[in-house]
Amino acid sequence: MTWIAKPRLHHPSLSRNAVGYTRRDYEGKVSTLCAGCGHDSISAAIIQACWELDIEPHRVAKLSGIGCSSKTPDYFLGNSHGFNTVHGRMPSVLTGANLANRGLTYLGVSGDGDSASIGMGQFVHAIRRGVDMAYIVENNGVYGLTKGQFSATADQGSVSKRGVANSDAPIDLVGLALQLGATYVARGFSGDKTQLVPLIKGALGHRGVAILDVISPCVAFNNHAGSTKSYDYVREHNDAVNRLDVIEGRAAIAVDYAPGEAIDVVQHDGTVLRLRKLDPDYDPTDRLAAMAYVNLHQARGEVVTGLLHVDPAAADLHGHLGTVATPLNQLGVAELCPGAAALEKINAGLR
Amino acid sequence: MTPIAAVNDFVVKFANVNGSGSASANELFARAILRMGVPVSPRNIFPSNIQGLPTWYEVRVSEAGWLGRRGGVDLLVQMNPQTWDADVAELPAGGYLLYDSSRPLPPGRLRDDIVVLGVPLTRICAEHYQDPRQRQLFKNIMYLGVLSVLLGIEREAIVRLVGEQYRGKEKLLEANLGALDLGRAHALAHFPDGIGLQVRAADAVGERIFMEGNAAVALGMVYGGATVCAWYPITPSSSVAEAFQKYCQKFRSGEDGNRHAIIQAEDEIASIGMVVGAGWNGARAFTATSGPGVSLMTEFIGLAYMAEIPATIVNVQRGGPSTGMPTRTQQADLLSCAYASHGDTRHVMLFPEDPAECFAFAADALDLADRLQTPVFLMTDLDIGMNQRLCAPLAWDDARRYDRGKVLSAAQLEDGREFGRYLDADGDGIPWRTWPGTHPTRGAFFTRGTTKDPWARYSERGPDYVYNIERLRRKWRTASDLVPAPVPTAAAQGARAGVIHYGSTSPAMAEALAALAAAGLHLDALRLRAFPFPQSVLEFIEDHERVFVVEQNADGQMRMLLVNEFGVDPAHLVPVLHYDGTPITARFIVDAITAVLGASPVRPQPERVS
Repeated sequence: MTWIAKPRLHHPSLSRNAVGYTRRDYEGKVSTLCAGCGHDSISAAIIQACWELDIEPHRVAKLSGIGCSSKTPDYFLGNSHGFNTVHGRMPSVLTGANLANRGLTYLGVSGDGDSASIGMGQFVHAIRRGVDMAYIVENNGVYGLTKGQFSATADQGSVSKRGVANSDAPIDLVGLALQLGATYVARGFSGDKTQLVPLIKGALGHRGVAILDVISPCVAFNNHAGSTKSYDYVREHNDAVNRLDVIEGRAAIAVDYAPGEAIDVVQHDGTVLRLRKLDPDYDPTDRLAAMAYVNLHQARGEVVTGLLHVDPAAADLHGHLGTVATPLNQLGVAELCPGAAALEKINAGLR
Repeated sequence: MTPIAAVNDFVVKFANVNGSGSASANELFARAILRMGVPVSPRNIFPSNIQGLPTWYEVRVSEAGWLGRRGGVDLLVQMNPQTWDADVAELPAGGYLLYDSSRPLPPGRLRDDIVVLGVPLTRICAEHYQDPRQRQLFKNIMYLGVLSVLLGIEREAIVRLVGEQYRGKEKLLEANLGALDLGRAHALAHFPDGIGLQVRAADAVGERIFMEGNAAVALGMVYGGATVCAWYPITPSSSVAEAFQKYCQKFRSGEDGNRHAIIQAEDEIASIGMVVGAGWNGARAFTATSGPGVSLMTEFIGLAYMAEIPATIVNVQRGGPSTGMPTRTQQADLLSCAYASHGDTRHVMLFPEDPAECFAFAADALDLADRLQTPVFLMTDLDIGMNQRLCAPLAWDDARRYDRGKVLSAAQLEDGREFGRYLDADGDGIPWRTWPGTHPTRGAFFTRGTTKDPWARYSERGPDYVYNIERLRRKWRTASDLVPAPVPTAAAQGARAGVIHYGSTSPAMAEALAALAAAGLHLDALRLRAFPFPQSVLEFIEDHERVFVVEQNADGQMRMLLVNEFGVDPAHLVPVLHYDGTPITARFIVDAITAVLGASPVRPQPERVS
């Protein structure tokens, strides 16, 4: 049994956020992933982001597919409902869940095998529909649970732990998300929490589909010379276009940057994405330019990170469908059933 | 040659070209006879293509009320030269052929043992209409006019129907009535005495309605409170989702927004995934598909079974295996649905017999899925789904409330009762569940397809697995008490043999039983309405020396289920199997049963009036 009990003791001096929770309240079970796994760093970043955003943990629905990455929702937000679905098909389940109750925050966690191979179709169509969710791909270029096979994001020519070179071209999920019109696209690195936490916060606050590709080295099978998804490779080739601060709507803005160093993007809910530009020419609201930029740097072997694109005026699936504000799962017979009198009229029309 | 003569008891078959606009005229024909109080049962027989290829519409007129397909044709309306020879060959001696005689036929194309009625439809249309589309479309209305004179169908019945169809579109209404009367005028001039087949006003329809099963399923989903529909187009189920959309627009769209969400998914896998996600999150959700769709869905169906999530799947069955006969009917997905997915799974199935039950069972399926927290299959087929069937009016009790099953509210969680997501708290095998977001600190659990302990914690311990599987078996037994009970029909005299049947077979079965009884062969019947089978099904089998199991597949799938679930001697159950893609007929059933029971064959025949 790979379930480990975690002590429930809380340190009394743990600080509380605006909704009264300590950071411990955002934790989950003890991780069973390998020590040093990038995915655990992402879980820690999710915990930090949710705590800082003052999200009530139980109002998050966390869904995943199958694989190492997809195990992680058990390791954060222990008071949230989690759903480990089937391999590659988390997006459809999340879509259905979101349709049922638009009042929750949806966090989809997936891996590169999960999203770029078996689940490519669902990844694509969830973006196309604009499902309101933060979709985090924990991308290590390898199948960990089945012990080291290449995934579809592994770079051509990168070498497996067994010394085999990958002959297939990689699928770039960020490029794909930009192409498909995702309204929030970012890439992070599990080894850079400072950059990652705000990217997650921005994704959670974004209404519409937010795709966050996080390079997350696999210490067991893909963290060696020759791998382009190793800690060393990503650190050496990281090209961050910006640094993001997320300022919640309705909260006092306490951060202040000198004019000219930052741009602000105001989202639907009032959240402000404050971007400190590292590349002076980079404009994340220009999707086409972002595509060109990412492709250019990818060709040079660089991993472009940061908030690559955001459309602050994005709509989501509920907007497209025109659904009522009340979550569909709360509607009862009075709102849903036309009743016997209407049925009698229907009967009369069928004679 | 003696022409066939019959009143209110004959079969008319229309042979058309797909895309020629004949469907509307053919349906008007059937409806007009219904309006005269005479029951009809029409069936579309169509190939898997868009247009240009042959299509047929067969209408059985039966004052006695037999709604199954009779077999045979008394009057052929032949509008498709491509299928001329085969169609004309179907007519018995004394049958009638109505055809477009605008161009002379090559010698030898007409039989001399049938009554040939030539009407120059193309020529009349060419004389009266300029527009090529009108010339094509009005040929159909014109032959309807001819038929109305030949068979004695009241003009007023057709006029009223056309009026309803084109309400607010006066120009179209007038044009159609003009074409109708052109046909009538020609027939009155050339065939003033009509023919031996006649429709006479009767009072045999009553309050019954005339409806397609797929539309009835969709309406049942609206009444039953389904709010999420995720689907992928596949014949013959697509019109379920399309009708759901139509009814939702009518009943569920307001200024405050839509009280429904309909997604045409990218494939069947995604559609069932959305249903599972919505069910997990407390919305009533369904998908509609057919056999190949179910094949794609099976992994998710297994997840929903194991993780215990409500999901309603409408399977409008068609001919298989593989792509099989996409536009023909069968009842051949029983086994693939009953045990869908890997491992030890069993799924609830409901078998409606007609649109009225399609409506009722759709709402029941949503209740059962919630109550049992499991996938529920609504098993219809093309014969019910895509044909209009005369059936009892749809009924709804306004006092009915949705059974949302065992869902703990925040207040119940607050009370501090023990919550184990997979704990058999009540001994019925059904655990309690919570919807996401219910309570800040209580009731959250992790849903997964892997095995777990009663508190939803991942566990690979053998005893935890066995506990879970045994509880699922208890839930299965509970299900057999909750599903619609089988319907017995006792023979008029003591019967040693019985018949088990289900679904769309029932009209043919009813007629077959009557014909057999008239010939002195009395059988008790049991119509199954659900899987799992209640204990009364076993009692029925044990109470009869021999039980025929009548179904529309080649393997005898229901018979296999009965043998498997009850462990009865297979020799006790005699298969009667019809699987050529057409709906089963009473004649077929009677022949099969009399062959086994050793009696002289009897056949239900249309009443002849000399």
